[in-house]
Amino acid sequence: MLYSPAEAMAKAFSRFTGMGKKYGIEWWILVVGAIIVLAIISMALFAGSIAPFNPHNQNTGPQLAPPGGEHLMGTDNLQRDVWSRIVYGSQTILRVAVLAAIISSVFGITLGLISGFSGGFFDRVLSLIMDSVYSFPGLILAIAFAAMLGPGVINVTLAVAVIYIPTYFRLVRGQTLAIKEELYVEAARAIGASGSTILWRYIFPNVIATTVVVFTLNVADAIMIEAALTYLGLGLPPSIVDWGMDLAMGKRFLPSGQWWLITFPGAMISLLALGFTMLGEGFAEILNPRLLER
Amino acid sequence: MGNLTRYVITRILLTIPMVFILLSIVFVVLRIMPGDPVSSMLGGHAPESVIEQKKEELGLNRPIAIQYLDYLWQICRLDLGESMVFKQRVTKAIIEKLPATIELTAFGMIITLFLGILMGAYAADKRRSAQDNLIRLYGIVIFCIPVYWLGLMLQLGFGVWLDILPIAGRTGPRVLASTFEKTGFYVLDTILAKDFFALGDVLIHLVLPSFTLGLVLSGIFVRLTRANMLDVLRADYIVAAEARGIQHRKIVYKYALKNAFIPILTMMGLQIALLMAGAILTETTFSWPGMGRLLLERIYLRDYPTLQGVIIVFALIVATVSLIVDIIYAIVDPRVRY
Repeated sequence: MLYSPAEAMAKAFSRFTGMGKKYGIEWWILVVGAIIVLAIISMALFAGSIAPFNPHNQNTGPQLAPPGGEHLMGTDNLQRDVWSRIVYGSQTILRVAVLAAIISSVFGITLGLISGFSGGFFDRVLSLIMDSVYSFPGLILAIAFAAMLGPGVINVTLAVAVIYIPTYFRLVRGQTLAIKEELYVEAARAIGASGSTILWRYIFPNVIATTVVVFTLNVADAIMIEAALTYLGLGLPPSIVDWGMDLAMGKRFLPSGQWWLITFPGAMISLLALGFTMLGEGFAEILNPRLLER
Repeated sequence: MGNLTRYVITRILLTIPMVFILLSIVFVVLRIMPGDPVSSMLGGHAPESVIEQKKEELGLNRPIAIQYLDYLWQICRLDLGESMVFKQRVTKAIIEKLPATIELTAFGMIITLFLGILMGAYAADKRRSAQDNLIRLYGIVIFCIPVYWLGLMLQLGFGVWLDILPIAGRTGPRVLASTFEKTGFYVLDTILAKDFFALGDVLIHLVLPSFTLGLVLSGIFVRLTRANMLDVLRADYIVAAEARGIQHRKIVYKYALKNAFIPILTMMGLQIALLMAGAILTETTFSWPGMGRLLLERIYLRDYPTLQGVIIVFALIVATVSLIVDIIYAIVDPRVRY
């Protein structure tokens, strides 16, 4: 049966709203989260054509002009356009947060798999270390790393990445321990599959699915940690456009009431973190039907 | 030996390796990682000989294993060394600043628990209603708001626009510092000194910072309470209580909430890390003279011994609190034993 494009669209749309009926509010959480994330990602990708000014341009208009007219979100004390800085700032924060989440997931998942699969002394020691790091305030650890490594995009990414390794480790190790005892793993062993084959071909694919949700929530958290580091003046050199740094700069003008300098960067950090959180929450609840009873 | 005693002793023994590992991680991060404290402290242009001399003085030229043992021994003696920038013992600097942070986190925690648990219980009671969805949305949204930004916005609203609350510091200019020499906990000090004008001043300075901290963390407790309450509300004894005709409100907020509280208590132990991180950021926003401010000030000054000391103290606080929470948990719930 062939569909016309209009029919196909209508079918897709009814399927879309049908999902909403089936899953209730969780589906809409997922959709709204996806829209926020996609919007900010496209903002970062097409920053050049969206931003009206160069974010470093110190001669875009009057100093500390309130929002309105030519400057959608006003200007800062160096006569830079706040909206353009918001648009370009999305690149920095997305790059750091996503890259950090990738780095920590690769390390965390690999170590968790190996540790859970091999067991024994190695597993015990590594678990103890990971549990200790996990219990420690992530931000303080990131502050220590960032302070030691000095400013820079790569350094701040590493500082953020380190603190999430235990999250993946604990999740994947627990899963590996459970899956290791499954019948199909035993069957694989019985037909003579080697340890690494079992680990990567049998256990890994079954573990990876559960990390998707954690990854999304991890990006959300990494966004807030990145912004926190740069807000504290630790993460990045001033030549880079970043929401956290703009917030720290705008903070000085709070007592005199220049609200736009702090309102917009902070709102964007919240919005981006919210987008990823909603995406993760939506995934979690839809992938786990047991939670849906609630 | 009773069951409980054995649990407590095992739990304490398990804390020791955890603290040891945390201390080792701090050592690795601050000493072995790239970045040379001495040259960065003296600035990039210091002559080689000066750097060497300073390194020798601080014992940084010894083998790393010796430095590590020395570091551990120092901590065992509760001595955190001397500041590299000021002529001041690190321990003293920390003791001066610690009460401010504890005061802030304590008030923040009270607000978090109050808001979080009440809203969570209410949402669970009204499961899948509009109120429930609204509260769940609140739980997600508030958690995504960076604590420092919420602080700035509250400062803007209540401090600058409405101009009714102070936005920085622990006291106003008219309160004498001599009132606060006993414990360093200003609320306690002013009560002890029976200076109620000062107490009012201290409390009003606490409002915005502790609300900032409390609001952001309340989201987690909303979710936790709601999830636990949903489990409890489905239990047979709740149905039985309903059948006996006990007031619904009493069942939810008295019977069910009491039972849901145990898992919430354990989570409180885990949230202490978030609370500490939140406190650091809140302190920066509100110029609150606590541990977070100390940490950051000394990072800018490249004062590594103080930096190290502050991080160690944070590690010890986290370990101690989770130990205490677990012990309370075991006392409250007799099923928890090793």
